[in-house]
Amino acid sequence: MKKNDTILLGHGSGGKMTHDLIDHLFARYFDNSILRQQGDSATFDVGAGKLAFTTDSFVVDPVFFPGGNIGHLAVAGTVNDLAVSGAVPLYLSAGFILEEGFPMENLETIVKAMAEEAKKAGVFIVTGDTKVVNRGQCDKLFINTSGIGQLDSEYEHISSGINIRPGDKIIINGSIGDHGMAIMSARNELNISTKIESDCACLNHLISESISGCQQIRFMRDATRGGLGTVVAELVKGKSFGLKIDETKLQIKENVRGLCEMLGFDPLYVANEGKVVIVAGADEASEILKRMKQHPLGTEASIIGEITSDHQGIAWLETVIGGKRIIDMLSGHQLPRIC
Amino acid sequence: MKYIDEYRDKELVRLFAEEIKKTSTKHVKLMEVCGGHTMSIQKFGIPDLLPPSVELISGPGCPVCVTSRGYIDRAIAYCRLSNVIITTYGDLIRVPGSTSSLEKERALGADIRIVYSILDALMVAKENRSKKVVFLGIGFETTAPGSAAAIIKASMAGLRNFYVYSAHKVMPPAMEALIDEGVQINGYLGPGHVSTITGEKIYYGIPKKYGLGVVISGFEPVDIMQSILMLVQQIENNQPKVEIQYTRVVKPEGNIKAQQMLEEVFEPRDDWWRGLGILKDSGLKIRENYQTHDAEKMIEVQVEKTIEPKGCICGPILKGLKKPKDCQLFGTVCTPSDPVGACMVSSEGSCAAYYMYNR
Repeated sequence: MKKNDTILLGHGSGGKMTHDLIDHLFARYFDNSILRQQGDSATFDVGAGKLAFTTDSFVVDPVFFPGGNIGHLAVAGTVNDLAVSGAVPLYLSAGFILEEGFPMENLETIVKAMAEEAKKAGVFIVTGDTKVVNRGQCDKLFINTSGIGQLDSEYEHISSGINIRPGDKIIINGSIGDHGMAIMSARNELNISTKIESDCACLNHLISESISGCQQIRFMRDATRGGLGTVVAELVKGKSFGLKIDETKLQIKENVRGLCEMLGFDPLYVANEGKVVIVAGADEASEILKRMKQHPLGTEASIIGEITSDHQGIAWLETVIGGKRIIDMLSGHQLPRIC
Repeated sequence: MKYIDEYRDKELVRLFAEEIKKTSTKHVKLMEVCGGHTMSIQKFGIPDLLPPSVELISGPGCPVCVTSRGYIDRAIAYCRLSNVIITTYGDLIRVPGSTSSLEKERALGADIRIVYSILDALMVAKENRSKKVVFLGIGFETTAPGSAAAIIKASMAGLRNFYVYSAHKVMPPAMEALIDEGVQINGYLGPGHVSTITGEKIYYGIPKKYGLGVVISGFEPVDIMQSILMLVQQIENNQPKVEIQYTRVVKPEGNIKAQQMLEEVFEPRDDWWRGLGILKDSGLKIRENYQTHDAEKMIEVQVEKTIEPKGCICGPILKGLKKPKDCQLFGTVCTPSDPVGACMVSSEGSCAAYYMYNR
């Protein structure tokens, strides 16, 4: 591939150009024994028990932002969806929709980021697809990833949260709002000089190390679009318990807070790409917190609230000044195209 | 964060709360006129900290909320013209017009761009000389100087394709009209940002004519608590006057340069406020000298007939006569994702603030 090459319609034709692109780029970086078979489907063995299966599409604008790029997001997003369901992520697919004229060099950087992130998470990208559309028919590139993971029967209850009960603690592995505000600050129209880095990261190792052997993991969710606020609001909807968050326990980086104040965003609703919310029994919460803090992605973890028997069906915030307010789901979008 | 955390100090807030409780003997209703105050009060849960004798009610200070449906209809008509680009602050695009909204029109292909500053709208005009770029100028004395500055700049630079569609308004006529209409209040939390521009003199008529106090307040919890205390003290001592709590920003004389720009570009006109009707000299019209940048004068357009929504009580809510919860549509037919009235759209609207934080 030459330095100034760009994506052409021919790269999506299925012919020689497509094959060259696959061989020189995708197969080269994603290389693994399953992908090497280059069949119409990837085939692999799975162990006994249940599988978890998820999919996500990535359209972030801009494609490159402080702390990562769309490639990091595309792998981390799907890995995290599997991990917060209690599953061990195994295999990923990667579908690319490329805009004619997209620089090959940028595509290579993105593919490389995906390969690195997959390696870190210990997952394999085993199948994929590439389409090219005319200039103007998509914005640079869109990526879809699907993922399969192995789900141990002891974690089957996690995604529904059916075992949540009053007294349980709410834990998060660090500061909120980093990703959303990183994207915001990276958008040209704002001319902001502050550098806010996205928290984009694969959380599967953090999660497995924190919860292994625990009996009281009630629920997990990655606080992506809609932020922490949306996660807790969804969690209590129609339930016979309430949820209290202590605003003084929330970590918000200084520059994230500054930008939020300036633009009128509430950090509770700003997206994260490397934050997991765990609801755990009170007896085990401090042990989980201790383990989290030992992991590089959890050094700033804290217990931020608890499940209550009062305020049924409502998530509420005890504010920094000691007042109370409801945390509801966000309507409409706070920021479009953040992931 | 410096200059913020000091004003969100739990202990200070508690001390003010205690002092308010100690001082307050009469039942009082205090109105915050500014949408920013409404938002802050709900966001920090301030009503929770006040004694039952002190009641806060929200006034007509959310610019999006008081803007007429007819204005939105005209903006929609502009955006349907093929040679027009609409530039606007984000809040406005979701406000329902009679049969559509700017958001819906954008989905259908209209060129509508959200800007964070009117200067961005000037840039759009510079980069699109063959198009007419219309900025939707809403807001009070806070945003109006920005529009004035942009118009002066466009005029000096010969940027003939830049237009402002003005629905700018000034605050005092609305504050007086509320009292004239018999809305029962005992004092005003004066708008901090508006006053930064205007200074305190625009409120002098309120203690003088009506015997009510105005305390110009900042937006952080400590500011608001202190302002409430100052008002309660005025009421208890029967000494209504204009006071500035927000002294770190508001000067008594205001921002003279901004005032001069306003005067240079705009002249007063009677204007229609949602809930209050037509108020004398309450709107800002672009002066003839600058009419080449006045969208209303320069861009002809057919506007559909304005239909007001049935059952929506935005009007009485803006006057502080009713609370959002009194509205039959609140939270059922009218929600932030599918708003009927403007008060549910803007994040500063009382219905939106109640829905979000205090249902």
